[in-house]
Amino acid sequence: MSTVASQVEVPAGVSLPIYMDNHATSPLDPRVLEAMMPFFTNKFGNAASRNHSFGWEAEQAVETAREQIAKLIGASAKEIIFTSGATESNNLAIKGIAEMYRERGNHIITQVTEHKAVLDTCKRLEKYGYRVTYLPVKADGLIDLEDLKRAIDDKTILVTIMAANNEIGVLQPIREIGKICHEKGVLFHTDAVQAVGKVPVNVIADNIDVLSLSGHKIYGPKGVGALYVRRRNPRVQIASQIDGGGHERGMRSGTLNVPGIVGLGKACEIAMQEMDSEAAYLIGLRDSLKAKLESELDYIHVNGTMEHRLPGNLNMSFVYVEGESLLMGINDVAVSSGSACTSATLEPSYVLKALGLGDDVAHSSIRFGLGRFNTQAEVDYVAAKVIDIVKKLRELSPLYEMVKEGIDLTKIEWQAH
Amino acid sequence: MAYSDKVVDHYNNPRNVGTLDKGSQEVGTGLVGAPECGDVMRLQIRVNPETQVIEEAKFKTFGCGSAIASSSLATEWIKGRTVEDALAIKNTDIVKELSLPPVKIHCSVLAEDAIRAAIGDWKKKNGVAEAAPAATTAQ
Repeated sequence: MSTVASQVEVPAGVSLPIYMDNHATSPLDPRVLEAMMPFFTNKFGNAASRNHSFGWEAEQAVETAREQIAKLIGASAKEIIFTSGATESNNLAIKGIAEMYRERGNHIITQVTEHKAVLDTCKRLEKYGYRVTYLPVKADGLIDLEDLKRAIDDKTILVTIMAANNEIGVLQPIREIGKICHEKGVLFHTDAVQAVGKVPVNVIADNIDVLSLSGHKIYGPKGVGALYVRRRNPRVQIASQIDGGGHERGMRSGTLNVPGIVGLGKACEIAMQEMDSEAAYLIGLRDSLKAKLESELDYIHVNGTMEHRLPGNLNMSFVYVEGESLLMGINDVAVSSGSACTSATLEPSYVLKALGLGDDVAHSSIRFGLGRFNTQAEVDYVAAKVIDIVKKLRELSPLYEMVKEGIDLTKIEWQAH
Repeated sequence: MAYSDKVVDHYNNPRNVGTLDKGSQEVGTGLVGAPECGDVMRLQIRVNPETQVIEEAKFKTFGCGSAIASSSLATEWIKGRTVEDALAIKNTDIVKELSLPPVKIHCSVLAEDAIRAAIGDWKKKNGVAEAAPAATTAQ
């Protein structure tokens, strides 16, 4: 009798389950937690309280965090607005600019593999009379800069293109995109939630006008993010989407989440210090994982370019094996799949489909998201486990058998259901 | 998502995995689903020409854990039944046995289709009249 249950040995020093889904969220760095702790208890002041020491203490902590965040992206502290996370930052940036620059134009340019926080925001603006161009991506996941140049017209007010993709880790050429935008006098917003702290991002050198980032992707807390809003050359204006006490220069009202902000600041400070060594470390782990899988398995391939990619990202399709069944076999490893069966919509990943992958290959994809706390021993275990399960599931796969027999699967009349 | 113990058991220890000679007169093959939908089942039966009893059933499935479990269970259930008895198996029986959640009901439908397709193929090969319109077979 065949069996899928795996008997791969767990190496010494590895405890299960293994977390390898750091694009979804990352564990809080203990150093971040330590910095945050006092602000939950005795340093509980409201940063907006101007007339007692509790408020001053909180305000000072917030301003320190603002400096730490600004430093990481080459901005000045006054250009940082705190939000509840990158979804809010993206909403605020896009809707706020659309509203503020409505008289200048109604055209926005984005691209198809953006996060839903950008795509759905753009879709809503379309209902309000804005025109949105969704640029395609090439098979490697990158946009074509010539497409961008052609798409900009005299009604274009904003280009919003992500710095790094959350599924395939592909790094868009933001510096060149920003340059094109500035030449044409169009604002450039980038959702940099996956890129900040992982690869160098500099708002000056990269010609970025508005940038979204989040705490929990960089070993900071959930529920806190920031928006960088350029103050000169050009001075960007954003219409607030949440009104109230006029916090954050009137752009985002609401009492500041002081412990969260302190944590975000500390996370940025650590990232600033450790980015280079951490990137080298993660590239080592990632390439080792890839090499191990490729040495043992056929019909696998990487989705998106390896050349312009986040250090910790590996997105691979294990063709002829369905992603959810693979996840089930490696259930002591936390990763993600682009399979429809793992999504609420029963549609395979729109990001992978945008690369031109067939639905069948998209169904077979796994995203490995390596992070600061992963080890080589974990990579060794995960590789062995994936290899074991893929081989077993392929013994179960009629498609694999047919391909091995030389049957062309595209010639079969499948019954879609 | 959480799987029922029975789904996990069939996934970990799938029954009757394999391939029968599809050229054999006694073998019926059903291939249902589509790769782009994320599940393809191939179910094969070897039928005793005298008794019309399904003496052997084999499957291979590309799909999620519930799809693998549904087809594995289907082979278990049809083995030893006559072809007419096997046709009585409904997808709802599979849903019940495996406690499939609503989003996985299509896996059970596919398993029922696979049974019908395999039997249909066998009937066609052996000139047995179709009792009811069955799902078409590939190949």
